Amino acid sequence: MASEDVKNSPATVVFDTEAANSLLKELRSTVIAGKTKSYEWRASQLKSLLKMVEDRDKEICDALFSDLSKPEMEAFIHEIAMIKASCKLALKKLKDWMKPEKVKTTLGTFPSSAEIVPEPLGVVLIISAWNYPFLLSVDPVIGAIAAGNAVVLKPSEIAPAMSSLLAKLFGEYLDNSAIKVVEGAVPETSALLEQKWDKIFYTGNGRVGRVIMAAAAKHLTPVVLELGGKSPVLVDSDIDLTVTAKRIVSGKWGCNNGQACVAPDYIITTKNYAPVLIDSIRHQLVKFYGEDALNSLDLSRVVSSNHFARLTKLLDDDRVSGKIIHGGQTDMSSLKIAPTIVLDAPEDSLIMNEEIFGPLLPIITVDKIEDGINFINSRPNPLAAYLFTNKKQLKEEFVSNVSAGGVLINDISLHLMVDTLPFGGVGDSGMGAYHGKFSFDAFSHKKAVLHRSFFGDAPARYPPYTPGKLRLLKALLDGSILGIIRALFGWS
Amino acid sequence: MGAVGGDFEGDLKELRETFNSGKTREASWRRSQLHGILSLLKERESDIFKALNQDLGKHHVEAYRDEIGTVAKSANYALGNLKKWMGSKRAKVPLVAFPSRGKLVPEPLGVVLIISSWNFPFGLSLGQIIGAIAAGNAVILKPSELAPTCSSVLANTIYNYLDNSAIKVVEGGSSVGEKLLQLKFDKIFFTGGPRVGQIVTTAAAKNLTPVTLELGGKCPAVVDCISSSWDEKIAMKRIIWGKFGACAGQVCIGIDYILTQKKFAPTLVEFLKKYIKKSFGDNPMGSNSIAKIVNKKHFSRLKDLLNEPDVKTSIVYGGSSNEENLFIEPTILLDPPLDTTIMTEEIFGPLLPIITLETIEDSIEFIRSRPKPLAIYGFTNNEKLQKRMICETSSGSITFNDAITQYLIDTMPFGGVGGSGYGRYHGKFSFEEFSHLKAVLVRGYIIDFGFKYPPWNDKKLQLLKSGLQYNYITLVLIKLGLKSKA
Repeated sequence: MASEDVKNSPATVVFDTEAANSLLKELRSTVIAGKTKSYEWRASQLKSLLKMVEDRDKEICDALFSDLSKPEMEAFIHEIAMIKASCKLALKKLKDWMKPEKVKTTLGTFPSSAEIVPEPLGVVLIISAWNYPFLLSVDPVIGAIAAGNAVVLKPSEIAPAMSSLLAKLFGEYLDNSAIKVVEGAVPETSALLEQKWDKIFYTGNGRVGRVIMAAAAKHLTPVVLELGGKSPVLVDSDIDLTVTAKRIVSGKWGCNNGQACVAPDYIITTKNYAPVLIDSIRHQLVKFYGEDALNSLDLSRVVSSNHFARLTKLLDDDRVSGKIIHGGQTDMSSLKIAPTIVLDAPEDSLIMNEEIFGPLLPIITVDKIEDGINFINSRPNPLAAYLFTNKKQLKEEFVSNVSAGGVLINDISLHLMVDTLPFGGVGDSGMGAYHGKFSFDAFSHKKAVLHRSFFGDAPARYPPYTPGKLRLLKALLDGSILGIIRALFGWS
Repeated sequence: MGAVGGDFEGDLKELRETFNSGKTREASWRRSQLHGILSLLKERESDIFKALNQDLGKHHVEAYRDEIGTVAKSANYALGNLKKWMGSKRAKVPLVAFPSRGKLVPEPLGVVLIISSWNFPFGLSLGQIIGAIAAGNAVILKPSELAPTCSSVLANTIYNYLDNSAIKVVEGGSSVGEKLLQLKFDKIFFTGGPRVGQIVTTAAAKNLTPVTLELGGKCPAVVDCISSSWDEKIAMKRIIWGKFGACAGQVCIGIDYILTQKKFAPTLVEFLKKYIKKSFGDNPMGSNSIAKIVNKKHFSRLKDLLNEPDVKTSIVYGGSSNEENLFIEPTILLDPPLDTTIMTEEIFGPLLPIITLETIEDSIEFIRSRPKPLAIYGFTNNEKLQKRMICETSSGSITFNDAITQYLIDTMPFGGVGGSGYGRYHGKFSFEEFSHLKAVLVRGYIIDFGFKYPPWNDKKLQLLKSGLQYNYITLVLIKLGLKSKA
């Protein structure tokens, strides 16, 4: 199988610049031959992907458990179901998405007809992340295929079971002359980044995002960067407390134990309301995960010892460890950290400045709820911003004044499942977006096509230039019929 | 005064404060600025004409047609559509998120940097500013130093007609550009060549700043056999205009070279000669209808193109030049070798190579084997050929039976692909290019399904499976205990 040729295996092939070169060459000839452009090819690949997910869901869940101790429910809801829905939507809408869009033309270019024709970019590179290793690999691939491109997927090496499974499954179910998986870490990724791609789609953190953008710059390659940030949750006192607490808990710890780009990073609430809110959250935590949450099977573990060390370091700060009001237990051997709440950690502590990406939840208290909006706006744009309130005005103020990739009121993360909403960041949380039609658009070039006929011509455009022509041009560009008539007759 | 001194950080700080104050978000502010641009164009028209004539030798009709008129049109279009563009749009919400309301809310990015080029110094500065302002941003414009009079007029007029606390002009060359690129902007819009484009994107990467690159390329015109004399007249005029009539060929979407059938080539050359004479007379340099080459460096570059071996001998018309006036005569070449610089690099001047092919359909393969240009032109009424060109080639845009006019159409996106750039603008695309489209989802508390939450068990899994597959009957049956598996 072609994809196995480039699979990184210590005993055989090392994926270096030369290998990347010939890989790209092969994919380019597939694209030039026009294979990936046809509706039939795209639909057949999407159908195969769907079949792959349906046939092999158990192996997918097993790999997720191996890499992340991800509970089967999470694996199902957050990864498998979402990919199935994404495939089905693409299959249903593909013909529509591929259709040219007619546009109106102006009087100045009459007679003419114009349309916008979507076309594939060519060969695209998708670099995925470890926290939702199935979802964040396959979802962009769906968009790339739907748009008619050839694809190289580089799954994250920090989720090795999934990386290996993806290489195997793609090899079995998809067209290897156009879709390939390259496994590996920094050396392999660097070899890939030296090549000239027509688009690079990266999901991960800002540090690596900069490296990728700089590499892309060498070839003038456009990028989509799905990064992260500190997604805040502003909690008002005018709420349904039980439902709010449930949604916060499941949004924070029920999504890969906080290791999600749109996970609530920290909460802001008023000093008065904090005790009530904290009580409710703690109550739900016990309901969901029991008294010994550290060992609950319904929680993912921390992905690696590196990340474990990073997270425990955030708690090491004396000014932070003293503020732990719930949890705080850790177990290095099983890479588990219990759901932990920290109250009013100092603003300059690491936990309040770096994206947490783990089961630690700082709660910051403010005097009045509006101060929370200022607090959020004084920090880099997050990927998501959340607000819990029943107050209409507060909702409106939040939506208008908080800049984030996406804003969600009265729930957590759900906006990811709405495929009519673009999913992407702004500022430090990224650039570009996908999901639904936005995925198709992200991997397409929208070509402007203009048909003019030889009939009907404005001599005013052409030299030799005269004042009369100037008058006519002014009228034409103004689009004013009266002006045109007057100019033609020399009346203006 | 107009241009700001070397304190770029101070300027950026001021612009950020203005943006953070919320002033530029107000619809009334945006309108006032767009009206300001219209007043600028109207009241300072003669200054603009003088500057364009000085820097580029543009005749004022050309200046109006290509710069003032188009910018005024864009400003009016933005004014007419601003309310619609600024409004949020509803997004349909699928059952899995019921009950909730979804919408897309456009918001400004913040402070944007616009770096413009020298060939359409007003069009390619004010056009972008219109988009940035309409979207509610604050702006720094760096015009090209290669059109210094225009740069100075821009600085002066923008200072006098627009809001200085939100829109500033920074004049200067590459050292100024480099300093600006060290700062953190929320967007950079660059028009120019690929070499500097790369410098811009590499600098932008440090701050994760999104970029729009409007580059160029070698835009081919496929010219089919023309039989009717009516078609001949119009096609020739349009081709000549598309090559020589706008800034003497120094245009990103200008016709770079022609592809035509071998047997038609002699006729085509005769037609072109005839219409060049008609358009520019016997003394084109004195006609004031052709712009000049922007500076000595580009003048020499273009002359060098003609001096390569086998290129000089392929000249069938023109070829003369006048260094003092930076004038190069409209020049036609027939089949210069394909590996010469004139056939591998973007010409950006009034030299027109004609490449002949056995059949006109061969032009498709010729184009495909080269980097994607900003525009492709096809002068043909053969619908089959048109269709093949659309499907089998890729470019920023493709236009049939005309050249450059696609620039006028506000409903069409203007931008490149591959080597010709990425991102797009014009009309609402300008507004979108300078906006962040924020996804907003508003939920209620009313319905909340218990099976969404841990602790997990198999029954919950089955409920979720059927719920997410919209299999509500099964969902109800499982809930009632009448079914155990989805």
